[in-house]
Amino acid sequence: MFVAVLAMVIAACSSGTTAGSGGTSCAKGDLRLVTPGVLTIGTDDPAFPPWFEENDPSNGKGFESAVAYAVAKELGFSPDEVTWVVVPFNNSYQPGEKNFDFDINQISITPERAQVVDFSDGYYNVNQALVAFDTSPAASAKTMADVKKLKLGAQIGTTSLQYIENEIKPDTEPFVYDTNNDAKLAMEAGQIDGIVVDLPTAFYISAVEIEGSSVVGQFPSVGDNPEQFGMLFQKDNPLRACVNDALQKLKDNGELAGIEKQWLSDATGAPVITP
Amino acid sequence: MRLFGPPRDVEPTSRGWSSRSLPQRWRDLRAQEGARAALIAMGSTVVFFTIVIWAVLSSPTWPKVQKQFFSGAHFAKVWPDVLAGFWLDVKMFLVAEALILIISLIIAVMRSLHGPVYFPLRILAVGYTDLIRGIPLLLLLLLLGFGVPALGLHGVPSSPVFWAVASLVISYSAYTAEVYRAGIDSVHPSQRAAARSLALSQGQSLRYVVLPQAVRNVIPPLLNGFVSLQKDVALVSILGAREAVREAQIYAALNFNNTGLVAAALLFLAVSVPLARFTDWYAERDRRRRSSGMLV
Repeated sequence: MFVAVLAMVIAACSSGTTAGSGGTSCAKGDLRLVTPGVLTIGTDDPAFPPWFEENDPSNGKGFESAVAYAVAKELGFSPDEVTWVVVPFNNSYQPGEKNFDFDINQISITPERAQVVDFSDGYYNVNQALVAFDTSPAASAKTMADVKKLKLGAQIGTTSLQYIENEIKPDTEPFVYDTNNDAKLAMEAGQIDGIVVDLPTAFYISAVEIEGSSVVGQFPSVGDNPEQFGMLFQKDNPLRACVNDALQKLKDNGELAGIEKQWLSDATGAPVITP
Repeated sequence: MRLFGPPRDVEPTSRGWSSRSLPQRWRDLRAQEGARAALIAMGSTVVFFTIVIWAVLSSPTWPKVQKQFFSGAHFAKVWPDVLAGFWLDVKMFLVAEALILIISLIIAVMRSLHGPVYFPLRILAVGYTDLIRGIPLLLLLLLLGFGVPALGLHGVPSSPVFWAVASLVISYSAYTAEVYRAGIDSVHPSQRAAARSLALSQGQSLRYVVLPQAVRNVIPPLLNGFVSLQKDVALVSILGAREAVREAQIYAALNFNNTGLVAAALLFLAVSVPLARFTDWYAERDRRRRSSGMLV
C-alpha cells in the first residue's frame, strides 16, 4: 500500500510525461521491459493469415502485426525497436518469468484466464463461424438445430471449442485437435463434418487452405458482451496500463478501425446462423 | 524386489565361541545387519527428500506453480473429465495389448522358421520389424490416422480411435516380435534337435517344446512392454480422441491451469506402478525358482 502511494507521488511529480491510467509513467524510458529499450512481442509460429502474413510478424502485414506496430508507435518505439519472440500458445500462460512484454496471438479474454495472466482491453470483437465442404451435409445448415446434428471439430484451448460445448451442444462430442491444421486434415479425411473457428480464420481457411469449402455461417455471440481478443501480459505488469492507453487512442482516432478494414474486410457478411 | 538387507553373497564371519549352531549364528548376524541397513536406508531417504522438498518449496515462484499445477478447486472440476478420458485409455490399452501379443508371436515364429522354403516369410518378418521400428510412433499415428481415412476407401473405418489402436498395434508388434525372437533364440538348439529326433514335425516341436520355454524366458520384457504401451496410449490424443491427457489439455488451455495434467499423471501412475512392481516380483520369483541350491 505504502509503496503504491509512493509510486503515485513519484508519478505525479515526474513532470512532462504522460501518466497511464494505472498511475505509472508511460514515458518510454520509464517502461519496465524484458530487454531495456526494446519492445519484445510474442506470438506463435506458424503465425497465420489474416492475423500475420508470410509467417513473418515483423513485416507489419496482417491485422495483429499492424496493431502491434501501431501500439508500439504510440508507446514511442520505432519499428526497428520492436523484436518478436516465438511463444507457443501453451507456453504463454505458464508460471515463471515471461520472455515477452506482451503476447498477441488471437487470445480471447475470459475471466478464468484473467486470474492467471493480465489482458489488455479488447482490440477485436470475435464471432465464431462454421467452415465445411460445399458437398457436406453441414453446408446447408441454417439454424442451431441443424448444426447440433453435425460432427464438429475445433482446436484445443480455443473459445471455438468452448462455444461448441456450451452453446451448440452437438449430439456427438466435438473432436479436439492440436492445431487448426489437424482439424482441417480430419475434415478432409471425413472424420468431421465441419470446423468451428473465429470468423476471419474461417474466411482465410475457406478461401485459401481448403479447396471446395466455404463459410457456412457465423454464430450469434453469447450474452451482452462480445468475445474479444486481448494482448496477454505477465500478471501485474505495469506496462498493461500504457498499452491500454495506446489502444484507447487508436480506437478514438479511428486508426484501429482502419487496420481492421484493411486486413479483415472480407470477414463480414457471412450469414448468421439463427438460434 | 528386495529393498533392504545385505547382498546375497555376504560371507558370514565367525564371531567367537557360541553354543548355537553355525547356521543359527549366521541367521542372527544377517538379521542384525538387515536391521542396521534398514535404519541407514530410512535415514538417508528422509534426509534426501527433506532437501528436495525444501528446495522446491523455497523457490520464489512456488506459490504460483502450486496454484497452476496443484489447485484443489481446479482438480475437483477437471477430475470427472480426465477420469472419463482415462477409461478410453484403458480400453484402448487392453485391446491393443491382446492384439500385439498375438500378432508379434506370429511374426517371431515366421522369422524363426528353418528351411529354404520359408525364405519369403522370413524376409517379410525381417522387413516388417526393420521398417516399423524405424518410424516414430507419432509419425505412424499421423500418417495412418489422417492419411488412410482421407483416401475415402469403401468400408475402411475413419474413427480416430480405430486408427490410434491400429497404429499402436503395428508399432508395438514390431518391438514385441523381437522380444519373442530373443526368447526363441534363448532355447538351446539341442531342445529343438531332441524334439525333431522324437519325430515331431517342425511345427510340433515349436508348439510343444520351443515356444513354451521361449515365452517363459521373456515374460519380464513382455511385461515391460505392457508398462510402456500403457503410457503411449496418451499419444492418440493427437488424432482428436478425447482421452485423459487430451481432456487435461483442453481444461488447461481454457482456464490457464495445469492441474488436470497432474490428475492424468496420477491415473497413469495408478496403473503403471503396480504393473512395474508386479513385473519385478515376477522376475524375482522366476529367478529364485530356476536357481536351485542357493540360500534364499
